[in-house]
Amino acid sequence: MRLPMWLSQHVAALRALLVLTVLLGLAYPLAFVAIGKLPGLSGKAGGSLVAHGSTLIGQAFTDSDGNPIPKYFQSRPSAAGKGYDPTATSASNLGPEDVVDTADRKSLLTQVCARSQAIGKLEGVDGSRPYCTAGGVGAVLEVFHRDGLTGPVTRVISVNGPAFMPTYDGVTVESGTGEIPGGVITPIRGDAPAHPVVPSDAVTAGASGLDPDISPAYAELQAPRIARERGISEKSVQELIEKYTVGRALGFMGEPGVNVLELNMALDKG
Amino acid sequence: MAGWLFVITLVIALVAVYRPFGDYLYRAISGNRDLRGERLIYRLVGVDARAEQTWGVYARSVLAFSAISILFLYLFLRVQDKLWLSLGFSAVPTHIAWNTAVSFVTNTNWQAYSGESTMGHLVQMAGLAVQNFVSAAVGIAVAVALVRGFAARRTATLGNFWVDLTRITLRVLLPACVLITLVFMIAGMVQNLSGGTDVTTLTGATQHITGGPVASQEAIKELGTNGGGFYNVNSAHPFENPTAWTNWLEIFLLLVIPFSLPRVFGRMVGQNRQGYAIVAVMAILAIASVALTVGFELHGAGTVPQAVGAAVEGKEVRFGVPDSATFAAATTLTSTGAVDSFHDSYTALGGMMPIVDMMLGEVAPGGTGSGLYGLLVLAVITVFVAGLMVGRTPEYLGKKIGAREMKLASLYFLVTPTLVLAGTAAAFATGNNRTALNVGPHGLSEVLYAFTSAGNNNGSAFAGITVNTPWWDTALGLVMLLGRFLPIVLVLALAGSLARQRPVPESEGTLPTHQPLFVGMVAGVTVVLVALTFLPALALGPLAEGLS
Repeated sequence: MRLPMWLSQHVAALRALLVLTVLLGLAYPLAFVAIGKLPGLSGKAGGSLVAHGSTLIGQAFTDSDGNPIPKYFQSRPSAAGKGYDPTATSASNLGPEDVVDTADRKSLLTQVCARSQAIGKLEGVDGSRPYCTAGGVGAVLEVFHRDGLTGPVTRVISVNGPAFMPTYDGVTVESGTGEIPGGVITPIRGDAPAHPVVPSDAVTAGASGLDPDISPAYAELQAPRIARERGISEKSVQELIEKYTVGRALGFMGEPGVNVLELNMALDKG
Repeated sequence: MAGWLFVITLVIALVAVYRPFGDYLYRAISGNRDLRGERLIYRLVGVDARAEQTWGVYARSVLAFSAISILFLYLFLRVQDKLWLSLGFSAVPTHIAWNTAVSFVTNTNWQAYSGESTMGHLVQMAGLAVQNFVSAAVGIAVAVALVRGFAARRTATLGNFWVDLTRITLRVLLPACVLITLVFMIAGMVQNLSGGTDVTTLTGATQHITGGPVASQEAIKELGTNGGGFYNVNSAHPFENPTAWTNWLEIFLLLVIPFSLPRVFGRMVGQNRQGYAIVAVMAILAIASVALTVGFELHGAGTVPQAVGAAVEGKEVRFGVPDSATFAAATTLTSTGAVDSFHDSYTALGGMMPIVDMMLGEVAPGGTGSGLYGLLVLAVITVFVAGLMVGRTPEYLGKKIGAREMKLASLYFLVTPTLVLAGTAAAFATGNNRTALNVGPHGLSEVLYAFTSAGNNNGSAFAGITVNTPWWDTALGLVMLLGRFLPIVLVLALAGSLARQRPVPESEGTLPTHQPLFVGMVAGVTVVLVALTFLPALALGPLAEGLS
């Protein structure tokens, strides 16, 4: 029996797909699963597991309430689940102008400001940043003009909470809660230093929510606290940081980083 | 400085492999001998490897194979809970299964689902990853068929789809992936069938370390410009991209086939210089885009980046800002859509660049195959524009660009913008834009990005937007389907029409298509066409955000 052309083409397509599925979808990956069992590769193929996790996967060094445990180096903020959850990997996906808090969630700017202030307090340094209030929220005004976008200023509201400056353009700043229609959102730079003491990676979530590294600068910032909490010299902590700092690959790929889990495990070993 | 060196070494590596790898691709595709394994496959499939196909038969073979693939993958996703290695995940819901099946068959690899909480290992490797291979091969096959149309002298046929599919898969993609998988495993990517391991963290909490056949899937994900991640966070996940040098390698892999295909084009039409002209256009556009993206991200404009001190939200420490930005540009200049950082949190203008890259039609260098055929269509349009200027009948590689050819080329160009802009408008008209995470111009950018990505079969996203609703899954599925197969049918029709022509000898009036003048014109036509089409949409989204 001869099949019509259109049908025989679909039969060929199905047969081709099945043949290729066996080859590319089963034989190829399963061969490498088998190769992954070989000594030398099995550790990596299995997930680089060590006594307390995986060296490739970051984890939180906080107590059950989410507060930092002071004797450990702290990881970056994480947007994966409740933090460093490999079953719910995610970035924050909030944009560069996400500056107004709403009832549902804090803006990215306020998150950055709050983290910076908390870290400043924990490490005993200045946690101030540009566009942040002393209260640790985004310093953002909503400015109303007589003619919409132009004309004299008629009213000014601090959208993320209590007024953080007395007047703007001669108009008294009111405290507020969120944006109301009609104004122009205006972030206020303030007089914080352009290079804040708390490093940038410490106040931002990474891409995976599982970032295993922190910058050497953030590790340095934490070193005095670690030394104090553990009753060891700051110099020995510095030496450990240096030991676990991985430089750029081949000198030009990526950025230097410190693996936080390895560093903390080395500290626990003493 | 290190960031620029990262880009420069990528350029050097791509230049170094252009001839040898391009020549290898050419021999793999155009040889007359069948390997024993290939003969076995032809017998199992039941096709005659010597039978030449007209453009119509070739197109119907592509469509039949793709239709069967979508159906098969859809059913596979729907019954995964009844098969092995499902890890206890339930059947994928209808609308997500439809969206995902279309997404992987069209080489888009848009992901409306989160890998680690939706897909079992079997469906990942035997369903999704198989399409990673064959959808890439389909793209290359169609590009090769178009080039055969240019090279042919009065024939009705364009080759045999089944032979092209088999050879590209067996001679190019699979051997390369075997090598890459091994390197990736040495770098630390996981490759197992484990459902995961519960570990006790240093502070006594429990963490579930996931498993899976990741390395083998990662290899073809990059090489085939697919981009569908094993995990939700794609190439940002330490198991998919553990080090700074795997990051370099992944970028290289997703660029290497699209940048080498112009060599195949040059060899097949018998003039290598024509290949150099095409690759020059790709390189000019790509280098400009990468430089702008890296520049914008290093500059770090915008309120939050200024407060932070650098644009590092959504970027991993081990990659850093410039390398992440390079990845973002490369993944959208091709049709890959893998990400190692999250574009949604980029600076306004840095985040606009990936959108612009896709709007270029993904031709610099574009997806595997789709980049070459896209740019050749733009070259045809350029020849036509040049012909209008001097009042001569345009011709390209000895083939007259007549009314029929121009109609097909124009239709080809119009398909994607129509889908992108109509889709974006439809989302706003129906209120489905409200699933965007961000508000204001950035919310519009999220919607525009989604349809641009689907229409151009890219697959990356401004990922804050929620797209696993029935409306979004259906709409984006349709856009991906039409955005892939309408252009393919038009390209094959163009190929058939060119193949029938007898080549005309070069005359004094012929525009030389291998010289810098032509290279500049094609790049110019590409940018102007895109700017005219999309500037209003960009002005409402990223430009409004960046300039306010």
